Amino acid sequence: MLEKQSNVKAWLYLLPALALLSVFTFYPLFNAFLLAFLKDYVYGSATGFVFMDNFKNVIADPNFNQAVKNTSIIVFVSVPISVTVALMISVLLNSIKKFQGLLQTIFFLPYVTNAIAIGMAFAFIFNESYGLLNLMLSWVNIDPVDWLGSWETGMVSLLIYTVWGGLAFKIMVFLSGLQSIDKQYYDAARVDATPKFRVFTRITVPLLSPMIAYITVTSFIGSFKAYRTIVGLFGPTVLPAGTLPDESFITIVGLIYESLSKSDTPGMVSEAAAASILLFITTLAFTIVNMWVSKKRVHF
Amino acid sequence: MEKIIEKLNLKEFWKDLKKFRFTKANVRTIAVYSFLLLFAIFVFIPFYWMILTSLKTLEEIETALQPSLWVKFKDMAFYNYYSALQAAPYIRYMANTVLIAFISTVGTIVTTISAAFAFARLNFKGRDTLFLALIATMMIPGEMFVITNYLTVTGLGWASPFTQTFPEAIMALSFPFMTSVFYIFFLRQTFKTIPDELYLAAKVDGTSDFKYLRRIMVPIASPTIITIIILNAMGTWSAYIWPNLVTSKEEYRLVTNGLRNAYTQNQGIAYNEAMAAAMIVTFPLLIVFLLLKKYIMRGVSRAGTKG
Repeated sequence: MLEKQSNVKAWLYLLPALALLSVFTFYPLFNAFLLAFLKDYVYGSATGFVFMDNFKNVIADPNFNQAVKNTSIIVFVSVPISVTVALMISVLLNSIKKFQGLLQTIFFLPYVTNAIAIGMAFAFIFNESYGLLNLMLSWVNIDPVDWLGSWETGMVSLLIYTVWGGLAFKIMVFLSGLQSIDKQYYDAARVDATPKFRVFTRITVPLLSPMIAYITVTSFIGSFKAYRTIVGLFGPTVLPAGTLPDESFITIVGLIYESLSKSDTPGMVSEAAAASILLFITTLAFTIVNMWVSKKRVHF
Repeated sequence: MEKIIEKLNLKEFWKDLKKFRFTKANVRTIAVYSFLLLFAIFVFIPFYWMILTSLKTLEEIETALQPSLWVKFKDMAFYNYYSALQAAPYIRYMANTVLIAFISTVGTIVTTISAAFAFARLNFKGRDTLFLALIATMMIPGEMFVITNYLTVTGLGWASPFTQTFPEAIMALSFPFMTSVFYIFFLRQTFKTIPDELYLAAKVDGTSDFKYLRRIMVPIASPTIITIIILNAMGTWSAYIWPNLVTSKEEYRLVTNGLRNAYTQNQGIAYNEAMAAAMIVTFPLLIVFLLLKKYIMRGVSRAGTKG
């Protein structure tokens, strides 16, 4: 009788968290779906319901194509690169003894840093006249490039920064995964004199596959939400210096906040809500596909 | 510093170096270290460039034919830090940030400990369903919540453009962050590892649930709680989007907004001063990380195994 159900008491313990979550998580979730179907919503009132108009407005937004393009490039280029590089670094780091602690600390450093502050440092690395990148290029006789001055080179800079920013967390997760792999597998491989690359593909990757799957899902979701890195690198206008708006680095999340900042115009909050639902559906679809692939591939 | 030198073990390294021969294994080792060193440099460069630039004079930056990679100690322009602090009220921003971090962290600790206790230890109807519903919200992009939270906070009058008061700004900045599904989940997992026998023994002795939570569970789970405190405080320090939305007066902003807003115009930025300001924001994070790495890593490895 010690473990009898204690409903009232349990709900009392849950009350503070649930009250806050109801106001700031559950209600906003339902409200986002409501807002997305309201007509001309402004200052808490709307003139009626619409079916797809807010979604159509999002898609018709002159920035929408640019936002989808930027977000897709960030997602599909930076995630594969950073996952691969992080995996290589982790496996090699795990295989060495000397300097392991020091190198590990360096690789972990970006995890805690501030996206805005580091973005500003990167902006100065990519600076045309005073930047480090152009200095290094001058060593191999390449003329200076105005990295942040056009969309193409700006995107290269942004991808470098995004990969940099994503490495630390991935290395941390991979390393903790590697350290939990039973040494017996490697001992057995050594007895059989298995080549190192085969050990990597046949033992390390399969046993690390839950971590790889987890990292892939979270990195895809995370980079679909790219925004702060861009504000850090290009400033709140997300524009390369002295270029046209159609060369901006706006992303889906940037679009949401841009609409939200015009909340005193009828319908803009609903547009933000509709855009956030599109983002949610996209990330959800990716998560489901990833989990489906993982189920077939991941060795548990 | 001594620890690092000890870890480097230079003497032994030198001994090994003398014995070096070009065998296949050695070439492999060189390749591995070169690869790791290359990426370590890549990771470290932004920090180095930030520190270096923050110590250069503007004259040196703008007149040097090529940026130098080193500043001599006697030429270091520590003055940049002073001018950065003069350019924007960083001390005020930091005080605001520390206050908000304190309030939201205390709130988070209280709400997550009690909720995690209910989920881990108490039996009640609908427990597993409710827990799943909470976990499911972790899949949803935060932007979906931000939209309505912004409306809620403005609706309550906490973020009015001209009439916002400091207490209103504090409430707007901290209330939405006084609990966290991830931390409830994280803490519940830790609470679950505490053996049931302890609880049953405490019950036999007539200990109340609250006393058991306070005297047994919280002390046992204290490393996890410390991790939550650190992650939460660091989150506030780096928060940008929400504070930008809900603060309407310059003096209510948090450090990251202050930093971004002070150096936004693309023309005529004093780069050394901007980098000094960026250092002021980055340095505390690096110190916290280096001192409390163990606790921060706990959070990460837990996140890594939840899948």
